[in-house]
Amino acid sequence: MAHDHDVHAHPPGRDHPVREWEAREAAIRGLLIEKGVLTADEIRRKIEEWEQKSPALGARIVARAWLDPAFEARLLADANAAAAELGIDASGVKVVALKNTPSLHHLVVCTLCSCYPRALLGLPPAWYKSKAYRSRAVRDPRGVLAEFGMALPPEVEVRVVDSTADCRYLVLPMRPAGTESWDEPRLAALVTRDAMIGVARVAAPARPA
Amino acid sequence: MTEPGLRPGMRVRVRERPVEGHVRTPFYIRGRLGRVERLHGRFPDPERRAYGGSGLPPVPLYLVRFRQADLWPDYAGGAADSLLIDLYEHWLEPLGDGHGA
Repeated sequence: MAHDHDVHAHPPGRDHPVREWEAREAAIRGLLIEKGVLTADEIRRKIEEWEQKSPALGARIVARAWLDPAFEARLLADANAAAAELGIDASGVKVVALKNTPSLHHLVVCTLCSCYPRALLGLPPAWYKSKAYRSRAVRDPRGVLAEFGMALPPEVEVRVVDSTADCRYLVLPMRPAGTESWDEPRLAALVTRDAMIGVARVAAPARPA
Repeated sequence: MTEPGLRPGMRVRVRERPVEGHVRTPFYIRGRLGRVERLHGRFPDPERRAYGGSGLPPVPLYLVRFRQADLWPDYAGGAADSLLIDLYEHWLEPLGDGHGA
């Protein structure tokens, strides 16, 4: 072939030296394109598709569960089917929803890599993939939560869920007080990514409803 | 198709299999005692798929619960705190339906 897949250690026009895994990705991508397995446009479209998913999808599911106890029951029994009811495609991987209550709090981590409910929350934040979070969330969840600004009283049971395999977990946070008259879009706007990972509560609205 | 051999509520010990590479059971949980919380279903074994195999027949995958106080001697949280983790059946040694753990 006229070209090769060598990657220079300090190439010009780069923000930083090429890391080992970047070089590997570039080499594999180059081979897949060269051999006609994938086109550059197909790879670009897949990246675009994943980057367009956002926590707004999960937030719609949470808001509906807050408003409709029957939907909440279906969500806890089969989260993929519940998402499909709202037109959200989470068919690629099994998702399990975990309900927080005043006496039970869930925190999600993947100690092995970065397993995350991407179909419902988009791409994970950098801290979720960090070794610090992955190693400490399992052995000191209350300390980690306190660093996120969420100190839990001892009487609240903490359940850490290590998503190591073929399931992804979505935390169903508690509905904040002061939202009793709110409709679904307004509730969904309150629900944050971090609350659905379990490192934050959904904050009560700042102004009276 | 491998029929699930474990049921929710059963006590299990995580096997200390001497394997490395693309393994979905982290070291911190190997050898520990827990209790099956639920069956997730059956999935092609990712530990064989990672090396060119089909991973078939699919293997049962469970959510297994452990007491935090049993995992970390210096655990600072509440006695009711627990850790749940997804484990494939070939990593689990059944200990029966007895109470405790």
